[in-house]
Amino acid sequence: MSTIATPGGPVRRLAGLLYRRPYLRLAGLLSAPLLWLVVAYLGALAALFAAAFWTTDVFTGEVVRQFNLGNFQELWSQGVYRTITLRSVGVAVAVTVVDGVIAFPMAFYMAKIASPRAQRWLVIAVLTPLWASYLVKAYAWRVMFSGTGVLNWVLDPFGIHGPGYGLPATVVTLAYLWLPYMILPLYAGLERLPNSLLDASGDLGARTFRTVIWPVAFPAVIAGSIFTFSLSLGDYITVKIVGGKSQLIGNVVYDNVGAANNLPFAAAVATIPVAVMVIYLVAVRRTGALDNL
Amino acid sequence: MNQMNTEEPGVSAAVTLRGLRKTFGEVTAVDDVDLEIRDGEFFAMLGPSGSGKTTVLRMIAGFETPTSGEVRLGDRVVTKLPPFERDVNTVFQDYALFPHMNVLANVEYGLKVKKVGKKERRERALQALRSVRLEGFDGRRPGQLSGGQRQRVALARALVNRPKVLLLDEPLGALDLKLREEMQVELKAIQREVGITFLFVTHDQEEALTMSDRVAVFNAGRIEQVGTPAEVYEKPASAFVAGFVGTSNLIEGEAAQSILGRPGVYSVRPEKLRVETDLDAKLPEGEHSATGTVAEVVYAGAATRFVVDLDAGGRLVALQQNLQSSSMDVLKLREARVRLVWRREHEFAIPGPT
Repeated sequence: MSTIATPGGPVRRLAGLLYRRPYLRLAGLLSAPLLWLVVAYLGALAALFAAAFWTTDVFTGEVVRQFNLGNFQELWSQGVYRTITLRSVGVAVAVTVVDGVIAFPMAFYMAKIASPRAQRWLVIAVLTPLWASYLVKAYAWRVMFSGTGVLNWVLDPFGIHGPGYGLPATVVTLAYLWLPYMILPLYAGLERLPNSLLDASGDLGARTFRTVIWPVAFPAVIAGSIFTFSLSLGDYITVKIVGGKSQLIGNVVYDNVGAANNLPFAAAVATIPVAVMVIYLVAVRRTGALDNL
Repeated sequence: MNQMNTEEPGVSAAVTLRGLRKTFGEVTAVDDVDLEIRDGEFFAMLGPSGSGKTTVLRMIAGFETPTSGEVRLGDRVVTKLPPFERDVNTVFQDYALFPHMNVLANVEYGLKVKKVGKKERRERALQALRSVRLEGFDGRRPGQLSGGQRQRVALARALVNRPKVLLLDEPLGALDLKLREEMQVELKAIQREVGITFLFVTHDQEEALTMSDRVAVFNAGRIEQVGTPAEVYEKPASAFVAGFVGTSNLIEGEAAQSILGRPGVYSVRPEKLRVETDLDAKLPEGEHSATGTVAEVVYAGAATRFVVDLDAGGRLVALQQNLQSSSMDVLKLREARVRLVWRREHEFAIPGPT
């Protein structure tokens, strides 16, 4: 093959080699992310699952690496864990619903009504809260929910007292934190909805939202809900800051890693949100919402 | 300038527009449009983009509210009514089929909203699909159809509601040339079959001329001329119409004075011009001629286009059928001295400023 002239330096030669060998190109493109995905991501998840079946020695506190279903038996038999799981799922559902209800009109305005200029600014406005630290925002809500906070100051003249710290405060704070993750997919989804589709629906009848906008936007709603739902399900900081004495799955994991020093049990608890998410995704698939993507 | 020679007794108007205006902020999109479209007519609104034709269509459909003026459907004033309370349906340029419904559900949609019984609904929808020659496609999703098929579904979806007037917004704009020509013939046939007034918007002058009974030519938010395709093509009411519908072939200024012996602006269609190489032959009675130099010869298979710079000033385009000549013969005429000859009745004075 010496007849092929390769002018230029090594860069040109490399470019030529990559041009002639597509699999080399692909390997160059994907090997680093694949390595990360398999080793760091899936590997960690596998380690988590494996650890969930180990135990700790009661006396030394050291991890005993022997297959054992004890952790899961305890999770199942102790009513408190079931309660905490249901509570966590309830909070995640509530946050998702609140975010969906707030985000939909906002995303619709951004995608369909606002001028292109206003659209850009609104996207920036939705994104900027993500620059601020999670803790700052959570503590800001703690101050607002406190006995002498803004919320009570507004509500007191009407004879109402704010909810104080607890699950409602947790839902409100989480809904605030994850709102951009619901708005952005919805905005992207609604932007893809052609205006002529709205015109056509108006031309043929008047049930535009239920029969046209909602079905077309549904995959985007699902995408957003996956964010808000999973982020809420794994959270343990917000509930510590504004949740009063409430415990969620995340707190159980955290306490078992730290105070109780029972890593295998923490791993077993951590599989609960994973399982819930898998069930959620399978259920979403069943609805056929993802067929129109 | 509006020509309103449409008040024929016995023919009722399907659509009447009176003093229709629409402004978007500072921009006047539609400026004082009067128009009457007859029952059962295939009517074209022709104009370049931004001439206001689509805005007029959208005001008839009900997607836009006029700034002032009136829209009437039959005897009913519908200026401020929402789209679904008007007896019209629209076929959209991008078809606007609902992607999450199959073809049948798309076609049935309008009837379902109007609470037509399931059995009748199905029957009418299948009938509409038959009329656009799409039998057996009812179970498909729009994403599985070709452009031409989607176009037909959109047509069926509108026709199934039996509107008084069917509005078509650049209905063939998204199709390729071959399909477009087929659909032109088909649309015309479907219109004859269903007998509904078709009002369509296009920027393609050929489409407007071949398909419609009458044409309104739009320019800068106003109607320049309303007439049959032959009237608009052969007797353009303004220089704009002459240029937009067909090739602008104007004789004006000094050229008009020296060739025709009178001042003004005149238009002659390219195919009416005869190219002669014998400059001194006797001119037959009733014909005009102008000498010039061929600047360009464009061979186009069935015909050849000659661009001729006139000695008297100006430039004319002549279209000659390649009946006897071959490409070699005509191409040799580049830079040759020629004489353009035409019959006097084929030159038309164009009123108004140029």
